[in-house]
Amino acid sequence: MTVTTQTSPSVVPPGGEEPFLVVDDLTVRFPTEDGLITAVSELSYSVGLGETLGIVGESGSGKSVSSMAVLGLHDARTAQITGSIRVGGTEVIGLGESRMRKLRGNQVSMIFQDALAALHPFYKVGGQLAEAYLVHHPSASKRDARRKAVEMLDRVGIPQPDRRVDDFPHQFSGGMRQRAMIAMGLINDPSLLIADEPTTALDVTVQAQILDLLQDLQREFNSAVIIITHDLGVIAEMADDVLVMYAGRAVEYGPAREILTHPEMPYTWGLLSSVPDVTSDTSARLIPIPGNPPSLLSMPSGCSFHPRCAHRDKVPGDLCTTTVPDLAPGGRGPGHLKRCHLANPDEVYEAEVLPEIAPDVAAGDPGTDVAARPDEES
Amino acid sequence: MSDLNVDPGADNPEVTEGGELQDGAKDTRLPFEELARSTHTANVLDPTAEPVLEVDNLKMYFPLKSGGLFRRTVGHVQAVDGVSFQVPKGGALGLVGESGCGKSTTGRLITRLYKPTAGALRFGGIDMATVSNKEMKPLRREVQMIFQDPYTSLNPRQNVGAIVGAPLAVHKVVPKDKILGRVQELLEVVGLNPEHYNRYPNEFSGGQRQRIGIARALTLNPKLLVADEPVSALDVSIQAQVINLLQDLQREFDIAFLFIAHDLAVVRHFCPEVAVMYLGKIVEIADRESIYSHAHHPYTQALLSAVPDIKQATLGGRRERIRLEGDVPSPINPPSGCHFRTRCPLAQEICARVEPPLLQIGPRHKVACHFAGELGHHPAEPVTAPLLGVDRQGSPVGGATVGTVPTGPGYDDTWYDVKSKQMVSA
Repeated sequence: MTVTTQTSPSVVPPGGEEPFLVVDDLTVRFPTEDGLITAVSELSYSVGLGETLGIVGESGSGKSVSSMAVLGLHDARTAQITGSIRVGGTEVIGLGESRMRKLRGNQVSMIFQDALAALHPFYKVGGQLAEAYLVHHPSASKRDARRKAVEMLDRVGIPQPDRRVDDFPHQFSGGMRQRAMIAMGLINDPSLLIADEPTTALDVTVQAQILDLLQDLQREFNSAVIIITHDLGVIAEMADDVLVMYAGRAVEYGPAREILTHPEMPYTWGLLSSVPDVTSDTSARLIPIPGNPPSLLSMPSGCSFHPRCAHRDKVPGDLCTTTVPDLAPGGRGPGHLKRCHLANPDEVYEAEVLPEIAPDVAAGDPGTDVAARPDEES
Repeated sequence: MSDLNVDPGADNPEVTEGGELQDGAKDTRLPFEELARSTHTANVLDPTAEPVLEVDNLKMYFPLKSGGLFRRTVGHVQAVDGVSFQVPKGGALGLVGESGCGKSTTGRLITRLYKPTAGALRFGGIDMATVSNKEMKPLRREVQMIFQDPYTSLNPRQNVGAIVGAPLAVHKVVPKDKILGRVQELLEVVGLNPEHYNRYPNEFSGGQRQRIGIARALTLNPKLLVADEPVSALDVSIQAQVINLLQDLQREFDIAFLFIAHDLAVVRHFCPEVAVMYLGKIVEIADRESIYSHAHHPYTQALLSAVPDIKQATLGGRRERIRLEGDVPSPINPPSGCHFRTRCPLAQEICARVEPPLLQIGPRHKVACHFAGELGHHPAEPVTAPLLGVDRQGSPVGGATVGTVPTGPGYDDTWYDVKSKQMVSA
């Protein structure tokens, strides 16, 4: 898993091949009764084979809408999609339904959040898996498909797969259903797997099992993975790259380690300061982001985060309220893009935010401090 | 609230003051330093606080009926199977565990939404487990609940004034014409616009709805609030707002919390004491440092190792994870002896034969395990064997003096040291 493709995402690295998935300047608009809403605007990212991209954001930030566009799941009659999405070199936007269907579930597949709702309650789990296989392998017999279904259930760690293949979804536990969903997503050996909140409804122990499974399978099949989540802990464990979205726009994009240790956008700071950590210092504060995400119908002028931003006073003039900042490299090199007017975000973060949310890290060398369990507190 | 907008540069006030912003944003332009000062660090344990609630050997068995005409009882779901703990006055006890471990049932028993099968719920000198519904009514003022899902716990056909004012009318606390004033006061306390009392729940966002639920729970000035997953349905940035609000209220009104959640990090921040439940039983209960840094039960250790850790990003790689195999067994027919033994990496013969008692092993630390020890330092011999008068396989030893293991809800001054296998005191 290399992390070398973080130059401006729409640019193909010279001499290199284009990453498997390239989303370039994607804008998705939906007409509603109250007016046209822009769910995703000018979004660009790329994921190479064997890489994992984490997309973070609150509900309504456009993270699911953008990845559903990759699968061509929006109604072509109403949704207005512009820009370009290339999957393995094929342009997806405007692709006919029959060709899209060939791609969907075969080269690109998706794992949904709520496995109970995503699996059909009337059909046996094995039947649903076999169907996904048969659609893309018309020459295969039903027996082959069933064998493949058993094999995949075994691969994702379901005990006694030859018996469980005839169970209905309700006979599975929550973790097993999610495993069955993953098996269905992987049955055609896709090159791109989109996991939309794959562990949100699960307990931590089951979540750990599923995340381990996803990583093992990715290593085995060398697929590109997009993991959509609001849990920064999951991002920290899984992702090579992170895309932070707010109100339909990318606000920060770069390697996961870089973004989580040196975030440069106040919204990312807010996300980091709103979640406590199981190993953090108990004198760390939990600092919320004030207010609520904006309504897509009445977007704030300028930077869409400005009404909630606690650092706006550090930007001269009324830049924040009038001008949308560009997604541009900050002070941390060309691979780390941020959409913010702050001139010295790294300094502000280290001087103001970090001491409040992680006093132990701010005080000392982060490497040693974090490694030690906080035994000295007791 | 819009008059608090002190921004001279806003050239488009309609947008910046859009309806979405009143919630919690007393002043959204607060500079970061002031914003940080208005928040809280983790709650601190007050070891001298008197218990406001004492739960003693609480049990809840739900009967399972057969499908036939007579609907005979064919078994029981042992949802809660003998839990004991204390909630200190003005403090907070966290209750964590996987789904189906009985933590929500425990919360509903304490608010007497269910009548317990056995056990005691001592609250202000009264045993709430045995009182009748009529005798319970005045007590309901003192014990209130915040529910998990703000979308289903508010009546969509009642406006906020009716929802928040209902407890006042039911308990006849204030005269009818004063209810509205009190409701507006409460809305202000939880950070909502008091003028919105005539709006309906669907006009509010998830975080705002949870605030309405909190206002409703506060109406009768309760001494104890049972918060059942109060933030798990909310967005990350809103979670922190609600946690800070609960901390504000706890300090201002001296409310004790039973905080039920599955998010170990949030519980660590909010609760100075934590109980870990597994299949209807408490397996470990201790103060924050003992649980999170010196957990002695293999289940607690596995649970903690499964939590994804943001700080890993600064180190790279992952923490070594204890993988738990399989699923939680059915509470209809739980395993003999220790309930966790079917998934436990340490399980031996004794675990199937003898149920480990919830043994006090530190000044504020109890654990129910035969092989209690810190991660990687679990003893080879069962530490509980000499206390229970059994050998290492769990068979009773003739003539052995059986020590008494205190099982009450509180902590004693003397405890059993697992390293030296002796009773020690502070």
